[in-house]
Amino acid sequence: MKMTRVKLPKKIEKDFNEYCKERGIKGGKKRELLAKLKKIVKKSSFEPAEAIGVITAQSISEPATQMTMRSYTMASQAGRLAKVTFGLPRMIEIFDARKTFERSMNIYLKDEYNNKNSAKRLAEKIKEKFVKDVVEKSSIDLLNMQLEFELSNGANRDMIKLAIEKYTKNCAVNFRGNTLYIKPEKAEIKDLRNIKIKILGTHLSGVKNILNVAVIKNGNDWIIQTDGSNLKKILEMDEVEIKRTYTNDIYEVEAVLGIEAARNLILKEAQKNLNEQGLDVDVRHIMLISDVMTVDGQIRSIGRYGVSGRKSSVLARANFEETLKHLTIASFRGLWDELRGTVENIMVGNVAPVGTGIVELVVEPKKLKKIKKRKKASS
Amino acid sequence: MTEEKTINVSESGFVPKHELLSYEQAQELLKKLNISLKQLPKIKKTDAAIKELNAKRGSIIKITRNSQTAGVYYYYRVVV
Repeated sequence: MKMTRVKLPKKIEKDFNEYCKERGIKGGKKRELLAKLKKIVKKSSFEPAEAIGVITAQSISEPATQMTMRSYTMASQAGRLAKVTFGLPRMIEIFDARKTFERSMNIYLKDEYNNKNSAKRLAEKIKEKFVKDVVEKSSIDLLNMQLEFELSNGANRDMIKLAIEKYTKNCAVNFRGNTLYIKPEKAEIKDLRNIKIKILGTHLSGVKNILNVAVIKNGNDWIIQTDGSNLKKILEMDEVEIKRTYTNDIYEVEAVLGIEAARNLILKEAQKNLNEQGLDVDVRHIMLISDVMTVDGQIRSIGRYGVSGRKSSVLARANFEETLKHLTIASFRGLWDELRGTVENIMVGNVAPVGTGIVELVVEPKKLKKIKKRKKASS
Repeated sequence: MTEEKTINVSESGFVPKHELLSYEQAQELLKKLNISLKQLPKIKKTDAAIKELNAKRGSIIKITRNSQTAGVYYYYRVVV
């Protein structure tokens, strides 16, 4: 292949041009260097049918074994405001595409709100408050069959009254001093307890799912870190800078920002996590994983219920996990295996379509006969 | 909050540029890559990033990705 045909990645091209400008390299010398660079790029890029999946798996798994050993000594890390899982457990969360984990958000503010007071005000505003947060003492008065809530100072009574309206339809709601009395018209002790639990858990103000907030300063930016996340509601706020605000919940990002954003988040989270642990994994491997996880247009986990469990080949699926299940289903339904993939070909002892094994020879019998005839004639 | 606010998704740093390819461009691309539509990665029709493009099923979305290694490169997804 001619070296001029190799197309350089834009970043390398840009870096090369800058380098030449800096050193004052022009004309023939530059052309010579460019040819050399293209040769190197060509050499370092993968050949067709290279088994990059296996290389990626190996390249990420080997450092991950180091991570297990180290994460014990790093278990209690000071200076972290929000509860965040990290190390190997976080890695598993990302690649398994878990739906339950410690969510957290980093909220950036627009320039005009980028100061301490605004940040604190917004943090107070978005923190989810329940009735139980403004109640200091709650009790059931069995003599009068009523509920008593002692409210803390500064609690907004009208707001509370409005919020608990749902559960107090047949009740007499009264304020005396700082205490709220709720007396149902007729109720048993069981009902009283139910009403009490419901009222204490009623959402009062703030954004749903934002459980805790902390304001921190990073460089020139005031950032609000949260426990729990609600990307949609936060992005709708006027004060929030959409560009950098992010959550660590992949599914939420997919729903609000789309699949490409989810792919970028997987990449970013995995890379951040590995870098935090001081592990050097080439970003290309993580790119491949995040691409594989989002290739369907929705997030698929790496594993039994995701990528591996959805392979088209029966044998490849059976080879991974739950062998009996897959083979049983296949025999019941009369499924078919085309023997196109790597795993199934190794299983049956064929040449696997990897590397040089992917090349197939196609012969047209008619032409072959012609060639044979010609050979005979010439000899 | 009863009023529904719409978020401008493309403002987010996580969302790369999405473009809709015309029919001719799509055919040209498939010919150049020597593949069929089925072989392309997929994107849902309801995906937040392509809501405003009004893409139909089977059309191709060109995504201009920023990459740490290559600078800028193009990725294609077919709408399903």
